[in-house]
Formats: sequence, C-alpha cells, structure tokens
Amino acid sequence: MSEKTLTRMDLSEAVYREVGLSRNESAQLVEDVLKHMSDALVTGEQVKISSFGTFSVRDKTARIGRNPKTGEEVPIDPRRVLTFRPSHLMKDRVDAGNKA
Amino acid sequence: MIKSELIQKIAEENPHLYQRDVERIVGTVFDEIIEAMASGNRVELRGFGAFSVKQREARLGRNPRTGEAVDVEEKHVPFFKTGKLLRDRLNGK
Repeated sequence: MSEKTLTRMDLSEAVYREVGLSRNESAQLVEDVLKHMSDALVTGEQVKISSFGTFSVRDKTARIGRNPKTGEEVPIDPRRVLTFRPSHLMKDRVDAGNKA
Repeated sequence: MIKSELIQKIAEENPHLYQRDVERIVGTVFDEIIEAMASGNRVELRGFGAFSVKQREARLGRNPRTGEAVDVEEKHVPFFKTGKLLRDRLNGK
C-alpha cells in the first residue's frame, strides 16, 4: 500500500465537486473551517465535531526535562497543548479500511 | 464549539450560500479526512496539523477484571499532530 499525502488542495477539490462553487471559493471555505476551529482552540475552547472527533486544549505545568543526549537538565516552561480524540466512527472506519 | 456552531459561523460569513450547502461543505471536509485515513493516507493541513494512521501491533492483553489473557489483534488508529503555527498560537506566540 503506497501512502499518499492529501493537502488543503484535495479537500477543496472535494468541496468543489460536492457543491459546485468555484475552485477559489471552495478553497476559501476549507480555509474558513480550519480558521474557525483554530480560533476557538486558541481561546481555550473545546471543538467537538460529531462523528469526527474532539479537539481539546490542555495545560501542561512546568517541569524539569533532560536533554537525552547530554543528560543535562533543562527547564520546560508551562505550555498549552492540543489533543485530538477520534470519534468511534472514525476509529472504526480507519481500522476497517486498513485491514489487510 | 460544536459542528452546528461552526456551520453557523461560516453561514453568517457567506450569506449568499444556502445553509444546507454550508452543511454539505463542512461535512465534506471532515468526511474526506476520514476517507483518506481509511485508505491508509495522511492529510497534512499546514499551520493546523496532520492526520495520519498508526499501526498498533497485535499483543497479548488482559481482561482487567478477571486477569484472563486475551489476544488483541493488530489495529490501525487515527493520529493527529498539531501544526507548528497552531501550537505557537496556543502559547501566545
């Protein structure tokens, strides 16, 4: 199985085929979807897309890390990370689709 | 934010589109991502993040209640990695 990488272009092409707007407008709408999701996440809001999955922002506290190569201790600042929890539907379809 | 609120925002910004078309557009974006992963492909959305599939090897699991050993089959799971721009924005950079 050769793995392909899809990009925004492939998503906007799918929107273009599905709805019959111009290619430009289709691309803009894909961008809008990502922008609104990003903006909500940046304000700390959770983004829940039914039958797709949930994006949540988690706060990580500061800790002492270690450079694995040198063993040297380095402080890791508190930070916010994004986690994605796939829906059952996504998990089932991804597993079923990749069965040999 | 839930999917209907996302659709609402986009519909408000695009008053020339029917609400049901906005629903189809948003639905298509998410369906395409799932379809791509179901076909073993990656979806890379620069600045936002990348969706990919990870293979989990078959292993001997245990029923936590009874302690009984059970075979767990190999499986493929969805994985998301946050893009650099979004990661930076989350941290106010």
